[in-house]
Amino acid sequence: MTDAQWEVFSYEAVIGAAVLYFLAMLAYFFELASLRTASKEVETVSVGADGGGASHAVAVDQEPAPSRRSEVAGRLGLVLTVFAVAVHFVALVARGLAADPNRVPWGNMYEFTISGTFVVALIFVLATLRIDIEWLGPLVTTFVVAALMAAFLGLDDAVLPLPDALNSPWLVIHVVSAVISTGAFTLGALLSGLYLVKSRSSATTGYLARVPEPKVLDRLSYRMHAFGFPVWTFAVLITGPIWAHQAWGAYWNWDPKEVWAFITWVVYAAYLHARATAGWRGRNAAILALVGAATLWFNFIGINFFSSSSQHSYAEGAAPEMSVVLRLAGPVEVAQEVGVVVGADHARA
Amino acid sequence: MTDLQPDLRQRPSDDRQATALPIDLTARELARWSWRQLTSMRTALVLLLLLALAAIPGSVIPQENIDSLAVSQWRDDHPRLAPIWDRLDLFSVYGSVWFAAIYILLMISLVGCIIPRLFVYYRAMRAKPPKAPRHLSRLPESTSYTTDEDPGAVLARAALVMKGRRFRVDYVEDESDAVAAERGYLREAGNLVFHLAVIVVLVGVAAGSLFGYKGGVILLNGTDYGFSNNLTQYDDFAPGALFDPDVMEPFSFSITDFDVDWLTEGKRAGMAREFVAKLDYTTEPGGEDKTYDLKVNHPLSIGGTDVFLIGHGYAPVITIRDGEGEVAKSGPVVFLPTNAQTFESFGVVKAPFAKPGQIGLEGAFYPTFAMGRDADGNLTMPASVFGEALDPLLSMSLWTGDLGLQDGSASSVYVLDKADATQVMKPNGQPFRMDLRPGETATLPDGLGTVTFDGLQRWNKIQVSRSPGSLVALSGVVVALLGLLGSLFVRPRRMWVRARRQDDGTTLVEVARLDRSSGGDPEDGAAELGDVVAALHEETGVKTDSNRKDES
Repeated sequence: MTDAQWEVFSYEAVIGAAVLYFLAMLAYFFELASLRTASKEVETVSVGADGGGASHAVAVDQEPAPSRRSEVAGRLGLVLTVFAVAVHFVALVARGLAADPNRVPWGNMYEFTISGTFVVALIFVLATLRIDIEWLGPLVTTFVVAALMAAFLGLDDAVLPLPDALNSPWLVIHVVSAVISTGAFTLGALLSGLYLVKSRSSATTGYLARVPEPKVLDRLSYRMHAFGFPVWTFAVLITGPIWAHQAWGAYWNWDPKEVWAFITWVVYAAYLHARATAGWRGRNAAILALVGAATLWFNFIGINFFSSSSQHSYAEGAAPEMSVVLRLAGPVEVAQEVGVVVGADHARA
Repeated sequence: MTDLQPDLRQRPSDDRQATALPIDLTARELARWSWRQLTSMRTALVLLLLLALAAIPGSVIPQENIDSLAVSQWRDDHPRLAPIWDRLDLFSVYGSVWFAAIYILLMISLVGCIIPRLFVYYRAMRAKPPKAPRHLSRLPESTSYTTDEDPGAVLARAALVMKGRRFRVDYVEDESDAVAAERGYLREAGNLVFHLAVIVVLVGVAAGSLFGYKGGVILLNGTDYGFSNNLTQYDDFAPGALFDPDVMEPFSFSITDFDVDWLTEGKRAGMAREFVAKLDYTTEPGGEDKTYDLKVNHPLSIGGTDVFLIGHGYAPVITIRDGEGEVAKSGPVVFLPTNAQTFESFGVVKAPFAKPGQIGLEGAFYPTFAMGRDADGNLTMPASVFGEALDPLLSMSLWTGDLGLQDGSASSVYVLDKADATQVMKPNGQPFRMDLRPGETATLPDGLGTVTFDGLQRWNKIQVSRSPGSLVALSGVVVALLGLLGSLFVRPRRMWVRARRQDDGTTLVEVARLDRSSGGDPEDGAAELGDVVAALHEETGVKTDSNRKDES
């Protein structure tokens, strides 16, 4: 296939994956809806229903026996999610093959978003193999569908050749670790948000009743963050500086992107400390986790759109002129370093 | 986490608490109290959050050392705020006193927290695992069974089992009524290593900024132009506070050729890629000549110094003959790009010794010249439409009079001092301007002479930097990451096995487990407990009464 065909194929695969995620989301919603009616039936018809189908070991005593319908719907949701992840992966590979020369599919914001959502969905699917976390399905699929739609509508960008500064093996190592930790932190934030909601709720029906108790949410969230934090450290404080040194001549430049990556790192470090500090664990730690996710996403979206001085702005589709030569143009910089304000009294014409 | 056994759960001074201020204060108590406050976890947390907050302004307000042009623009736009911002150091946040105050306090807090924990850890490493609590069955993870075996035999086997599971075991035959076992010491070790490594990183970074230097030079292409690494050769130079010029490696280089690939099609048409500056260099005077292809992402390392390619541009070769026919100025003149994409550039040429009058030229260089057009198709401003020199044009205006070069004061080669100079006008009152393509010559009015645009040269901006300690910082981060992995994923836990002869002649064996990590998984704990019990059972038919509770 030609590059253009690969590109079209990738778009089609992303759409296909989004549709599958959407169907998975519907299946999960259907599961919740039938859970709600089932529990109502249990309440109204007979109180003596015992939790015979103990497939959900965690919150079994709070939960009425899941009806067969809802169980099938939940299973279907997971199967659809697995298929969606597979198609999503194909989309990523096709995107990489569409570039000339072929490259990793995370050269701009659109590509970073489809890679990041893939990691979120993949971590979720892998986690269902080991722990009981299928109840997170409705949130994960909703998030992924929303993010894919946003990427498609707002961030879409043609497959472009990479500027020189990006053309480095560190693009693979640095960005892949950033994508993975972003995925893990996003899942952790979903869990921490659920923790905050769940710990204030006494709902006996609906989604919140299906979610395990706050303590379990807190622990799962911690494990997501404990996984994400070292990877983020690797991305931001090891590979980032090494690459910055090679490309820009200094390993730390206080570039806005670096500053915010550092802020995110510090907030998550505070989160980890908070979980070990009396008076901070639980609610405050969960709030810190959400603050961390906010800084993470602000760094990804906000800095690219609002900061023109960031040398990371190549990831931006909206203003390609910034991405053109990166540091290697440095007219302003050259001018400033030799002490001239270029164009200040520039008599032209 | 349960509160069942708070004393057992508490990790050694991990959770140092800020305490209430004592009522009767002596100076010593106040000092003690302040120290405790500073080194408490809560203070560390607040300082961490403060550090995050304090870093924000630097990403919003332009910073002097990152983009001083943006700073001066900001100053012009906000004449009333700028002095206040200046006083608050908001144009150099990361070098400011208050930013330093936060991270220095954080470091003191860290050291104050870590040093005592080192001793605690040292003692814990030498100590035996703590004795079994009296009521093992009250621990959140516990189980028990009865057997006909002799308690001593059960315990001896339990000690072996726990040793086999790589626990540290405390059991004295015929004396102890229980086996105490502990493992996962590496968690706290990882924790300590992480925090100590953070200090190492800071030392490395500090060394780099104190002893290192960073300098830039614009170097014309061609073997006629060279650079040798000493202070006088730099256009800009930023040494650290304790920089010693003797450490500068005596290398020298020149750029023999510069290649760049301009994209002419696709959505990124106009973008330049694959910059290669071919260097001829020697590492010391009289040394062997070597070559190197200097590219983005491929710096040249000489000793502890790195040479980077960070910019490029055009230098039109201009010859000025004065009114008497003498060459007043000849050679390439560096023009600085004002547009990163089209490489429209700005430059100044000065011929102060031209006769009868001094000649100053100022103007723009367009690599690929085109007249801009507005929506109605009217010609507007001249512009460059492409960065590659496909149709180069030099457009200069002329100044004469006193260019301010004869009083001996320093002046930038990129600025024309117009204070005592006058612009030369055409008879119709418009400013005189010459538009030259390569090879063309313009005759200046008033018998001032001629200007010839001979051709094009290229220049590269080269950055040279030496940051000692960067390897220290890097190894520090790597060690910190390893420590972090230990502190996050090693799971410290204690286990006890107690065997007691009961009144009916059977032996009651109690096994309990205490998970001391903050992310412990009850399923894993149950599995371990089950494995240990299974290993203790040798005979079949043993009655087991598991009362392992979920964490509650």
